[in-house]
Amino acid sequence: MTEPLLELDDLRTYFYTDTGVARAVDGVSFHVNAGETVGVVGESGCGKSVTALSILRLVRPPGRIERGSAIRFEGKDLMALDERAMQQVRGNRIAMVFQEPMTALNPVFTIGDQIAEVARIHAGMSRRDAWAKAVEMLTLVGMPAAEQRAGEYPHQLSGGMRQRVVIAMALVMNPALVIADEPTTALDVTIQAQILELLADLTRRLGTSVLLITHDLGVVAENCQRVIVMYAGEVVEEATTATLFADAHHPYTEGLLGAMPRVGSDAERLATIPGTVPPPTAWPPGCRFHDRCPYAWDRCAREHPPLYQLGGGHVSRCHLAEEPEHRAHPHPPLAAELGVA
Amino acid sequence: MTTPTTLAPPRTRQTVAPLLAVRDLVKHFPIRHGVFGRVTGQVRAVDGVSFDVAPAETLALVGESGCGKSTTGRAVLRLIEPTSGSVEFAGQDVLALGARDLRALRRQMQIVFQDPFSSLNPRMTIGAIVREGLTIHHLAEGAAADARVKQLLEEVGLRPEYASRYPHEFSGGQRQRVGIARALSVEPKFIVCDEPVSALDVSVQAQVVNLLQDLQRDRGLAYLFIAHDLSVVEHIADRVAVMYLGHIVELAGVDALYTHPIMPYTQALLSAVPAPEPGVKRERILLSGDVPSPANPPSGCVFHPRCQHPARDAACAAIVPPLEEKAPGHWAACIKQPPSSVTWDEQRAAGGTRPPEFFLPRAALHRAAQAPTTLPPTA
Amino acid sequence: MSARATRATSFGALLLARTWRDPRSRVASVVLALVALAALLAPLLTPYDPAAQLDIVRLRSLAPSLAHPFGTDPYSRDVLTRVLFGARVSLSIAFAAVALSISFGILVGVVAGYVGGMVDVVLMRLVDAALAIPRLLLIIAVVALWGSLSVASLTVLIAGVGWFTVSRLVRAETLVVRDRDYVVAARALGTSPWRHVLPNVVGPGIVNATLAVGNVILLEAGLSYLGIGVRPPTASWGSIIQDGAERVSDLWWLTVFPGLAIVVTVFACNALGDALRDALDPRQLPLSASEDLVHRP
Repeated sequence: MTEPLLELDDLRTYFYTDTGVARAVDGVSFHVNAGETVGVVGESGCGKSVTALSILRLVRPPGRIERGSAIRFEGKDLMALDERAMQQVRGNRIAMVFQEPMTALNPVFTIGDQIAEVARIHAGMSRRDAWAKAVEMLTLVGMPAAEQRAGEYPHQLSGGMRQRVVIAMALVMNPALVIADEPTTALDVTIQAQILELLADLTRRLGTSVLLITHDLGVVAENCQRVIVMYAGEVVEEATTATLFADAHHPYTEGLLGAMPRVGSDAERLATIPGTVPPPTAWPPGCRFHDRCPYAWDRCAREHPPLYQLGGGHVSRCHLAEEPEHRAHPHPPLAAELGVA
Repeated sequence: MTTPTTLAPPRTRQTVAPLLAVRDLVKHFPIRHGVFGRVTGQVRAVDGVSFDVAPAETLALVGESGCGKSTTGRAVLRLIEPTSGSVEFAGQDVLALGARDLRALRRQMQIVFQDPFSSLNPRMTIGAIVREGLTIHHLAEGAAADARVKQLLEEVGLRPEYASRYPHEFSGGQRQRVGIARALSVEPKFIVCDEPVSALDVSVQAQVVNLLQDLQRDRGLAYLFIAHDLSVVEHIADRVAVMYLGHIVELAGVDALYTHPIMPYTQALLSAVPAPEPGVKRERILLSGDVPSPANPPSGCVFHPRCQHPARDAACAAIVPPLEEKAPGHWAACIKQPPSSVTWDEQRAAGGTRPPEFFLPRAALHRAAQAPTTLPPTA
Repeated sequence: MSARATRATSFGALLLARTWRDPRSRVASVVLALVALAALLAPLLTPYDPAAQLDIVRLRSLAPSLAHPFGTDPYSRDVLTRVLFGARVSLSIAFAAVALSISFGILVGVVAGYVGGMVDVVLMRLVDAALAIPRLLLIIAVVALWGSLSVASLTVLIAGVGWFTVSRLVRAETLVVRDRDYVVAARALGTSPWRHVLPNVVGPGIVNATLAVGNVILLEAGLSYLGIGVRPPTASWGSIIQDGAERVSDLWWLTVFPGLAIVVTVFACNALGDALRDALDPRQLPLSASEDLVHRP
């Protein structure tokens, strides 16, 4: 089996704040193969964005990637690189697309300049060549009249257009991996469709791997081959997309799937997950989801579950893997008894 | 075939008098330039909107950013002064009321906001926030008010002892609940929900949506539910109005809209919603370009530059399509989707080259089985 | 596990707590407290009267000694006594003037920001015009017309030329807060939005106030040094320096001790103001207990 393009091994990123140590990412391991699109799903507070920033070592104090975390990319451990070597990786071999296109673009430079800058810095191109490359990239991402619009400023463009520019910047150096952190959340749904379509098309053509971070399971279903579900700083389930939607194992995943309103469904009430995500400064003992879980039993409060292998690349951090009989006895979760909120 | 009528506004099938009746609501924002603030143009945020809301029903107002749905919601409550048009609530002309009467009316019409961060005054305890309405309208004082506040907090799923805490101590979902409790404190009959769950995580969204439904059932509330998320809307709405660039382009019962959307924009909107069904490769209607600026909307049908209808032609750029009844209770603004009161001759006179034909692409449908080629038969 | 078992903390209490955590503010507060205490207890700390000429023959212009730790001035008055009583004058002028000017500035700023329109235009043009004239010149002009001023008049005058900046700051803040959803909610409920707007816009005004105290102390010292501040024989830090102005190198104690007092006090005010400004920084404001927000619209 070929080595994966990116492999995270026990990544831990902690934030040392006045109010305590926030263990935002607490032992996350997964891999991304060449040419595949992997989705990372989770709600706020689960640590997915911090994971993305950690891969590129963009975490600033009071945050710190703990010793013992390994981030292997193209065979090298990124944790072992010094800052200069790391800069060679960012934007060049691994690129990032952020959620808010307006803040990702510098308002005082033209979009052409910003794309060209990437080419100048990483490929050492001359100004003229870099500009030509910028126009080429803008055409690639579907911007009409690219030659002319390359001279425009970010505020002259709509949200969808700006996101195209950001994607163009990400793909200039033909990176092996693109990390997209909620790339369409801030966009209207018709524009979202355009952008996701674009991203899928380009990455397929160029053979780029994508780590797509999102809260929207629908986006994941349509764009990803594999899915990783995160909760409370950990991976709680990982599977191929088809398996996850057909045969989710972890109760949190089940909860998410049930809580999602779907066009065309006849559900009367949306299934909810009572309670809220615990704060990262105080993860509860045992299974971090146990107080919101409808199947939890005494083992769950005591014993922190490891990632159980379910076969075929499907893993789940839930004791139900060993004692599936408890699934037959659902009960109102602890959080519901304490009052919904 | 019933003659499509454009005079009578879209109504519910019930014969009960509507709680809220909006006619030709317009809100233009002036664009000023220069030192003296010369008006050089208008942002036509809401450009002639009409609809009814019956008691205890939910009318959803959907559309993308810039379509004017939020402005409509606030204009209906007179939190923004409309440029023209009429708003009637329970028989009263809202726009003609003086300050004192308006205040009294405010009890009956309330609003819940989108952003849980900025919708609560950070300097007040949540108890004080919920209590304010009671005090202003003299509904309860002292100990009775305290009791009422606790009751309201419980009703929205918060523990009564939270009354002494400050907003920053709560999560987004909890703050939305406080906002709902505040709206309920004055016993309204109608609530404008301005994207109340858009800023929340999915599982929290579900909690708040369920809460809103429960409250509607228990208190007989009517909602004007403004949203951009079509999946949430399908869940909670009785009828849906789709807005684009300040106009209502389609209005129908929720089932009808989702099973056979008529207006090409609605079709594109539905096709864009990602469906959580892996392996099912859905076709998408991809709209070209961006939403035009409301300061400079296209002529004729505001959607025509991006429209995918096969019969789109010059007539679409010349004629403003009336919002007309294409099927019982199902209204749409498109001269190319039959039936239309704008005859083919009139269209040809305006430069039309392609006759109207019914168009409903598979891509707009979420239930794979259906792909009707005509509308259900009219009464 | 929902909202944790924290004590209910109001915005004000949180602000105080966060300011206190900053070491600058702790030191500054202690210093200011000591200075204020010294001013308050002045009669207890010294046996002399600040205007008393002790012995014009033998005790004038003496260097610091055990009997007179800060020395005496050319009129044989004990300098330590004058510095202590001077603190009363300088500090009371500073606090009173700032209190007056900040209140007025906040009022004007909120009205201009909230009401807008012509009211805003008129008020702000007034402020712009006034800001164009240096404060010192304005004061000198007034003194030239009216002659020397009592402490009370001086205070009012300083307040009168000091409210302009605050009004602009508060107006800017009001423009932002005015459109916040909770203000709209108040209108929707039928309440007056004022009680929602006012407490939320005074933040920058408070920071400005703390820094202004330091500024006014300096201003008053300058004015007294120029001879147009407090009337002799009233002691203020500036007037003590004025007394030793001609013989700075000889009678160094007349410059150094009041000078030190000014420096230390103004420094402390600035440090406190900085700490307060950092504490008010919205990025540092506590976020929700559990962040289940997808994105901030």
